[in-house]
Amino acid sequence: MFKFGSFLMTPMAKYLMLAFALVFPLLAKNEYQVYVMASAFVWAIAVYGLNIITGFCGQLNLAHGGFFAIGAYTLGLLSSDYGWSFWPAFVAALVMTAGLGFLVGVVSLRLKEHYFAIFTLCVGFIIYLLMDKWEELTHGPIGVRDIAAPYGFGLVDFTNTVPFYYLVLAFLVFAIWFMGRLSRSLLGRTFIAIRNGDELAESLGINLMRNKILAFVLSTTYAGLAGALYAGMVRFIGPEEANINHTFDMITYLLVGGIGTITGPLLGTVGIVWITQSLQFLEEYRMIIFGPLLVLLVIFFPRGITGSFLGWMHHKRQQPQATAKRQASKATAATEVESNA
Amino acid sequence: MLKIEHLTKMFGGLAAVNDVSVVFEANKINAIIGPNGAGKSTFFNLVSGLHQPTSGRILLDGVDVTQMRCDKVAQLGVGRTFQTTNLFEQATVLDNLIVGHRLRTRSGLWDVLINSRRLQAEEKASRDKAREALDFVGLSHVENQYIADITQEERKRVAFALALATDPKLVLLDEPAAGVNPEETDGLAELMKKMVANGLTVCLIEHKMDMIMGMADKIMVLDHGEKIAEGTPAEIKSNPVVIEAYLGSDEDAAA
Amino acid sequence: MNLFFQQIINGLTLGSIYGLVALGLTLVYGILHIPNFAHGALYMVGAFMSYFLMMDLGVHYWVAMAGSAAIVAILAVLCERLVFHPLRNSPPIHDKIAAIGILLFLEALVQMFWGADFRRLSSPFTGILNFDGLIIPEQRLLIIVGAFVLVAALQLFLRKTMIGATIIAMAQSRDGAFLVGIDANRVAMMTFAISGVLAAIAATLYAPINLVYPAMGHLVIMKAFVIIILGGMGSIPGAIAGGMIIGFAEAFGGFYISTAYKDIIAFGLLVVILSVRPQGLFAKGAH
Repeated sequence: MFKFGSFLMTPMAKYLMLAFALVFPLLAKNEYQVYVMASAFVWAIAVYGLNIITGFCGQLNLAHGGFFAIGAYTLGLLSSDYGWSFWPAFVAALVMTAGLGFLVGVVSLRLKEHYFAIFTLCVGFIIYLLMDKWEELTHGPIGVRDIAAPYGFGLVDFTNTVPFYYLVLAFLVFAIWFMGRLSRSLLGRTFIAIRNGDELAESLGINLMRNKILAFVLSTTYAGLAGALYAGMVRFIGPEEANINHTFDMITYLLVGGIGTITGPLLGTVGIVWITQSLQFLEEYRMIIFGPLLVLLVIFFPRGITGSFLGWMHHKRQQPQATAKRQASKATAATEVESNA
Repeated sequence: MLKIEHLTKMFGGLAAVNDVSVVFEANKINAIIGPNGAGKSTFFNLVSGLHQPTSGRILLDGVDVTQMRCDKVAQLGVGRTFQTTNLFEQATVLDNLIVGHRLRTRSGLWDVLINSRRLQAEEKASRDKAREALDFVGLSHVENQYIADITQEERKRVAFALALATDPKLVLLDEPAAGVNPEETDGLAELMKKMVANGLTVCLIEHKMDMIMGMADKIMVLDHGEKIAEGTPAEIKSNPVVIEAYLGSDEDAAA
Repeated sequence: MNLFFQQIINGLTLGSIYGLVALGLTLVYGILHIPNFAHGALYMVGAFMSYFLMMDLGVHYWVAMAGSAAIVAILAVLCERLVFHPLRNSPPIHDKIAAIGILLFLEALVQMFWGADFRRLSSPFTGILNFDGLIIPEQRLLIIVGAFVLVAALQLFLRKTMIGATIIAMAQSRDGAFLVGIDANRVAMMTFAISGVLAAIAATLYAPINLVYPAMGHLVIMKAFVIIILGGMGSIPGAIAGGMIIGFAEAFGGFYISTAYKDIIAFGLLVVILSVRPQGLFAKGAH
């Protein structure tokens, strides 16, 4: 067991996971399974975005689903109403979510903790209302049809499920790679310092606003990327993409997998998407299980699967040292008692 | 080093710090004492820039930092600790300290994306700085332990190290010896003397009188936001106003 | 002119409901510093409990209201004991996520039993009063009077009883309250119970002129948050004043500007206010 645990910490485990993802379409029983996996990957990209602002920076962003929907709508509307082809619209979707993320961030990130969460909850709802009511722009409840699929420059046809799966996988790998690099960099450490506390971070000479806005814009861009891929995959979107429940779903994926970790968002998202898929009856009532699960997780396992595993591994390694130290400190405590007496 | 002129901070009509003027000299241990609620922590928050004063001036080596944001003040060389320092519990001591040198580095998002040479150099510098600070406070041996697994006294030292990693000239220590036993208190006092010996200026808030009287070069006494006395430990001990304030309101005087 | 008065009545009705919901939210925030995202779900459960008691058990409207208030109060206390109490020393992000967990659970549970359809709660007060051309449906009058009575009763409770006084003391200073030996657990449970009662009654009062469905709490809770930010988080008069401001803004905005966008008014207002004053409209200076 210990050996297996150690193995999971090596780069080899990463490459095995990637290899599995690469051959998955061959292992899958049918195209539908590939489709499900591709959609899980799309959500995972968005969850990585949430992980930046909420996991690393410690700011609970409840508008994340809204930014996902903005990415999807930007691509959808540009391609269906304005005749843009996929890739320019795709870039526009990223620019749009980054730009709006910047604007929302400038206003909302001055707010602390609860105020920020409440504010973003309202921003998410405004996004939903606009998509639902602003019919001239968004078609209202009817939604957007005939969204362009990504074109493969004559090389591949992304309207087929399997090529699309690999496209999503490529973006996912990039998203995770960047997340890993970010988390180990000085910038990632800066975000974590902000999570530890605004005042402490400031007293370390960290410019709070600049770093929080950067984290927020990164997170909304991830959301926009996921949203745009989603629109290119399903080709038909509606205001429900901005439903607050999507944000809640993503929070659940993040918490189950491990908030603030690198592998957590992937494990949480893929795991839960497959569990809900295989237990179809769960689809409608999944929240009866997810709700209490969220509560139990924050009370007992606030660090999710990955975080708990890492903690366990760390203690396995430190055990001999730690025991020795505990005995040493017991000894000093004993001498203190003696000297006091 | 640090010159305070008529510093006042009002919170909704109440003066938390009222017309305090004082000079703290470089390379000395300066202590601020006073009963609970005397405005000591507020005073620190004003100096470090977390709060903006209502009136008065703060000069750091002749530079007016009164209206400066906290992160700017830190860059000018003011490091500080808090009564409780929230650290990332599930990360190693070293990982927690590396960010301390962030303010002396400039790498941004682009550097992360291309893993630039500058980023690599700066990360190495930050890591070295963290090790140096850890070594200074005498904790090199717990480098790889999680914060959650170290003792209360070690946490205090890690908080010191974090402040030291910012390359400060002046360190503000808020109750550095709270919650540690007498033996460890002595150790922390030694550490502060070591900081001064290495060219730093120390300014601390403390309730432990024995410690203060034994090591401070200068003491300022605050009561209800006002400075009621300043001087050497000997002067403070015999000052009737101080005795009055302490005997009247605070049990710590007995300690 | 008459239409104008009609909007005043509408504003008062909406303001009363929003005020009651916001009052519970602000009390909980003031004492425990928890932004209870599940409060809207308690409101929704309140409406469904009244619906259940009236439609399935055939009890009278008033009895249903009392029963629903009792059930939701117990539910709120359970939330405090089982969820928020164990999390009292956790990082601030945890209690918010836990509150979201409760919200998701309650909604899914109600949907499992009653489905996602819209339902209507009938009320014995279906008459319409006509004051010289000014038309007031009885139920709306009941809402306004009911809210007024509840707020007055709450004030009496907080000012005149021992436990009420401790709630106020704790809202002002948590640490201080511990020093003078207040049983913080009892106060916390009491506060949650009150917030549950207020939510259930508000829902039962409003349901006859609105619809009952599992997602009915979403808009209400978000508006309640806007209200308590407007009025200062933790402030009782602020919640009532904020409720009226939003109620009137919606009634008049919906009538004179656009019905489609009336729900956006509250959130637009919040965005503008927080952009200018990050600490809220009536909040005290620093902190």
